[in-house]
Amino acid sequence: MTTVNDVCRHVRSKNAGPFWVTIDLFFDGPESFARYATSPSLDAEHIAALFQTDPELVKHFPVPSLNVLKISYPRATPQGGVVERDMHSGQQYVRLLDHVLD
Amino acid sequence: MDPIKIIVPVGSLGAGVRDIELDYGIARGARVIATDAGSTDSGAAYLALGMSKNDRGSVKRDLTKLMRAASEANIPLVVGTAGQAGGDKNVDWTLDIVREVASELEIRPKVVALYSEIEKPRLHALRQAGRVKPLPPLGELAPETIDSCDHIVALMGPEPYMAALRQGADIIVGGRTTDTAVIAAYALLHGAAAGPAWHAAKVAECGAQSTARRRGSGVLISIDDTGFEIEPLERDNLCTPESVSAHMLYENADPFRLHEPGGVLDVSGAIYTQHDDRTVRVEGSRWEPGPYTMKLEGAGGGGFQTVMLIGIQDPEVLDRLGEFHDRMLESLYRRVQTTMGADAGDFHISLRIYGWNAVSGDTPPEGTPLPREVGVLFVATAETQELASQIAKACNAYFFHFPLNPEKELPSYSFAFTPADIDRGQVYEFKLNHIVEVDDPMELVRTKWFELQDAAR
Repeated sequence: MTTVNDVCRHVRSKNAGPFWVTIDLFFDGPESFARYATSPSLDAEHIAALFQTDPELVKHFPVPSLNVLKISYPRATPQGGVVERDMHSGQQYVRLLDHVLD
Repeated sequence: MDPIKIIVPVGSLGAGVRDIELDYGIARGARVIATDAGSTDSGAAYLALGMSKNDRGSVKRDLTKLMRAASEANIPLVVGTAGQAGGDKNVDWTLDIVREVASELEIRPKVVALYSEIEKPRLHALRQAGRVKPLPPLGELAPETIDSCDHIVALMGPEPYMAALRQGADIIVGGRTTDTAVIAAYALLHGAAAGPAWHAAKVAECGAQSTARRRGSGVLISIDDTGFEIEPLERDNLCTPESVSAHMLYENADPFRLHEPGGVLDVSGAIYTQHDDRTVRVEGSRWEPGPYTMKLEGAGGGGFQTVMLIGIQDPEVLDRLGEFHDRMLESLYRRVQTTMGADAGDFHISLRIYGWNAVSGDTPPEGTPLPREVGVLFVATAETQELASQIAKACNAYFFHFPLNPEKELPSYSFAFTPADIDRGQVYEFKLNHIVEVDDPMELVRTKWFELQDAAR
């Protein structure tokens, strides 16, 4: 069983404007990138389920030169609302760390 | 064409400009100093209130260094998104500091303010004319949404800055602008290739963030006909192809295509190479001209909040946190309903258990180790501050003493403060994620020139 944390040297999340969150998965090398960046378990449906968002709006951007997969999705609630728990979305990546890739 | 060198002294005005870096950049032949002074990053309060995030003292310290350096080198100083949010009030707040510094430095720069705040009737008219379009995830703009905003701004492109520079501005204090436009304006005015100019501005907009060691505050960019170079202003630091290219990832939903007023920057074909020990050269950035649109930002206030915080170490509570949370929340709602009834209005209470699930809001998976202690944040949201405060006060004893086991003596948890309740103020949200089509880049922009000798006190 391989998790995101096993094959990434760094994972981070951040707001990209008030309505979007973006997650960067820095894989630990070209082999992990080639093997896991297109993993079905990181597809729009899985991401949407993890982050309560619309799968139609989830975007994937592989950046092979950096061994990075960027995933962007709309926030479940706009930044700064009544029950804001993570103003800058800086901790949202954490729930992806134990996500199983294969 | 000689390369156009631009000092980007800091990621955001007020974060700490360093004289030694300005000296280095100017010695290297910089022709302009450009920086932004804000972003939407820290939330909607700054636009809704017209307030700066950085305090006046730190902005004044930075402006003093920048204005002195620019004046001595006789080069322009360009500041965009003044006062964090770039609304008219944020611009005027910054202008006041510029005037004060000019007077203290005994200089008389030609100062230009660029405003891009939009009055609601004007936006209603633009909407009715079909010129406002939504960006996902939002839908068509409703008139009520416009009315719910306290302040609305349009993000300027480089054109208003170019016009002011062309007319001899020494200092530009701009309202809300795309980070890149502030930095690219001078280069675009002086004939730099658009792709490299926009791309250089993008990698420089957070200052030293695109460097490898993140030492120092700023960077120097040098834009020519086919590409650009970037180096840190701090000598004991360097840029690498990875540090520069990775910056396109940061805070961007799309790392390859950046939508700007009047076009799209496409960096998918960009090649990053190490030029010398400290400098990276980038070629292959492309600019695709397109319709001129300006992004809108609007912020408004919602309910008011009062908060309380307790700490809990009681092992029995820690063992049953989910149940504790649900039962306490229910009892607090009941308490407000029985004491205040309909007077409480439309209110909301949330309990966030720090040390357990405050950030995620979900149930921790089976087998998660128990914390040694937790902090419970009580947040009441109501229609007025008075009501939120009343709700918190009505809940105080129940929050403080809530028993998990009603048979036993009442427990007391650990308040950190007295009084225990803190009026936190209003909730602020961004309401708009739309663009407006304009016929002319200046259509929604107001330009104001200041003769500082008249303003000097």
